[in-house]
Amino acid sequence: MPLKPKRVVMPTQEPRERIKNFNEVALGFTEEMAKEEASRCLKCKDAACQQGCPVEVKIRDFIGLVAAGDFAGAIALIKETNSLPAICGRVCPQEEQCEKYCLMGRKHEPVAIGRLERFVADWELRHGVKLPACAPPRGRKVAVVGSGPAGLTCAGDLARLGYSVTVFEALHAPGGVLIYGIPEFRLPKAVVMAEVDNIRRLGVEVVTNVAVGRTVTIEDLMKLGYEAVFLGTGAGLPKFMGIPGENLCGVYSANEFLTRTNLMKAYLFPQYDTPIKCGRRVAVVGGGNVAMDSVRCALRLGAEEGHIVYRRSEQEMPARAEELAHAKHEGVIFDLLSNPVRVLGTDDGWVRGLECLRMELGEEDSSGRRRPVPIKGSEFVIEVDTVIMALGTTPNPLLARTTPGLNITDWGGLIVDAETGQTSRPGIFAGGDAVTGSATVILAMGAGKKAAAGIHRYLEGK
Amino acid sequence: MYKILSKRMLTPVTKLFEVEAPLVAQKAQPGQFVIVRIRPEGERIPLTVADFSPERGAVTIIVQEVGKTTQMMGRLKEGDCILDFLGPLGRPAEIRGSGSVVCVGGGFGVAPIFPIARALYRRGVSVTSIIGARTRELVILEEEVKAVSHRLFVTTDDGSYARRGLVTDVLQELIEAKDPIDEVIAIGPMVMMRAVAETTRPYGIKTFVSMDPIMVDGTGMCGACRVEVGGKTRFACVDGPIFDAHQVDFALAQKRGKMYAAEQQRAMAEPGPCGGAGGSPCH
Ligand SMILES: Cc1cc2nc3c(=O)[nH]c(=O)nc-3n(C[C@H](O)[C@H](O)[C@H](O)COP(=O)(O)OP(=O)(O)OC[C@H]3O[C@@H](n4cnc5c(N)ncnc54)[C@H](O)[C@@H]3O)c2cc1C
Ligand code: FES
Repeated sequence: MPLKPKRVVMPTQEPRERIKNFNEVALGFTEEMAKEEASRCLKCKDAACQQGCPVEVKIRDFIGLVAAGDFAGAIALIKETNSLPAICGRVCPQEEQCEKYCLMGRKHEPVAIGRLERFVADWELRHGVKLPACAPPRGRKVAVVGSGPAGLTCAGDLARLGYSVTVFEALHAPGGVLIYGIPEFRLPKAVVMAEVDNIRRLGVEVVTNVAVGRTVTIEDLMKLGYEAVFLGTGAGLPKFMGIPGENLCGVYSANEFLTRTNLMKAYLFPQYDTPIKCGRRVAVVGGGNVAMDSVRCALRLGAEEGHIVYRRSEQEMPARAEELAHAKHEGVIFDLLSNPVRVLGTDDGWVRGLECLRMELGEEDSSGRRRPVPIKGSEFVIEVDTVIMALGTTPNPLLARTTPGLNITDWGGLIVDAETGQTSRPGIFAGGDAVTGSATVILAMGAGKKAAAGIHRYLEGK
Repeated sequence: MYKILSKRMLTPVTKLFEVEAPLVAQKAQPGQFVIVRIRPEGERIPLTVADFSPERGAVTIIVQEVGKTTQMMGRLKEGDCILDFLGPLGRPAEIRGSGSVVCVGGGFGVAPIFPIARALYRRGVSVTSIIGARTRELVILEEEVKAVSHRLFVTTDDGSYARRGLVTDVLQELIEAKDPIDEVIAIGPMVMMRAVAETTRPYGIKTFVSMDPIMVDGTGMCGACRVEVGGKTRFACVDGPIFDAHQVDFALAQKRGKMYAAEQQRAMAEPGPCGGAGGSPCH
């Protein structure tokens, strides 16, 4: 078969149109496109791509099935190791994972593995999801705290093993970052809801409006007969820079800006009751997915100018390549090698600008990236009326504060056994961002799986 | 879904609801709050816990109709349901075990002061309560507060009831009369709390206020509720809502509190859902 150097182009909404709506940007492959793209796979013997996948999806073989038109077979294969493919296909940083190792990618464009994963997962959602078989009920209860990808995956796996699982979520809707953080135009909420429903159909009970540590404690849960607890509470605590003017009206954490927009649907105000103040000129500080999501939401909320202010250069940006590209197409202005030192305000307390220092790249730091160093006297002001801080998040201290005996790192991450996911307290397991700090959906999912196996072993031995 | 067990009209714009929420009732303590949402399109708003009964599985909240959501809430009836009810959130008030405390409640701030005064009273603290309102019909929970105070003073701004003047007038007099005061706790409109802070500051009397910034999640996830206390940024929903009054930056809090004033106006002008909005039948 002739080599096909270029990927099949996935249709997207036109940038000029899409910045006026919150509908999904990437429209997905048709069946024909998917088969065509799948046929680019070289079917390498060692399938190097699979090493790049944190949950070892059988990539080569599922792609072979797609090429042959057996979509049902393909999705079944993926689901052996990945329980949330419609989500991962959309949000995984494939260029850092599977696609990085694709042999095609050495000289040409790598096979669009993520897009194929998304295609078959969407195909399944449209054709009716076949639920996996569950072991007979064991009559033993396990509690899962937090309904993000880590919690949902752990709950699903335990339900399949016959446990009776209850998920407790503090917010009014399940899904974690998938529902409150990642915007509709990148991950439609209907997709998340469908995945949550599938977990429910396995018999998992999802209870919202329960902040564990406040509404009930872990001790209470144990008294109620839950024999093990999984903590998938994420890393929800937003960081601020600690610079002057950060509490002016018009300065948001990305978490607040995105929660208002996505979870509370502020873009539909006043039909929805939650307001948001998005100015005409918006600066987002940060270079990750969260920053890209924030600036792109701002454009859709009517901002005329959206800036990304990042203290390193484009090379160091942790955002997914696709999001960066989409942001550029949508006209986002990149103020790179710039570090905010002060938010300037008006007399009545509103943002009027962001003062920054120019940076240059110096020596490599411990992360292997070149450290940005400020250039003396290079202050300049970006005139904006909204500033969004997307500087990363750390685990919420609420649970550790209210649960005696849980060991945490100095930045608040729960410490767990790498093999089992068990914390310093027997019977209490954890995984996802709560352990690693802000990471990725796929890693959270993988940790949920590992902990489910760990919980199973623990309960078997009890 | 959280059922409204009973409703009482305290003033034409202040309604008391007893809500069925057994888990919250088990854990609630004076000074804490809940986050409420009443319809699928609704916003999340914080409301202070005004009372709680673990036996009945009930939590009492008091709603002042100031915006769209609170107005819609005001129309809910006994037997209606509240869609989401999360709590109890925030740190409980620290209840000392001796000495004398002045509890100051302004407007519907009397509601959250009540359980604090009661807890102090039950622990044997000498409780002096000062409650105030703009006018007679806005004075709430007078009998309830009286029952848990050794002394009660009531003020109205316009003199239509009890003593004419402000709560701080009474507080100032008590201080000048060398009344022994170990601590003051004040809850009410921001201007009132600020005035109380300024009244006690020169005398170095320990003073606490309960901040009510705009909130979204109420669990420390968003930072909407930022307040500056002693020059440091704190999240009121997890670090508060009760803070040392002499350390709070009230001017900032007042500005932040008005952040959505224009949107609030717009929402209220909108021909919203009428009647028992959010009053979904309970299952
Ligand atoms: C805006 C944004 C964009 C992102 N984009 C990407 C991307 O493109 N690709 C990617 O791979 N990753 C992305 N990430 C990261 C990814 O979303 C997270 O790594 C992942 O969601 C972590 O999953 P989790 O299950 O550990 O926690 P979360 O998804 O954070 O879920 C935790 C849940 O626990 C709940 N909770 C917390 N404390 C309690 C408590 N005490 N009681 C009850 N419930 C509690 C929270 O409300 C939340 O719902 C993004 C993150 C953000 C914020
Ligand atoms: S309300 Fe979101 S952090 Fe306090």
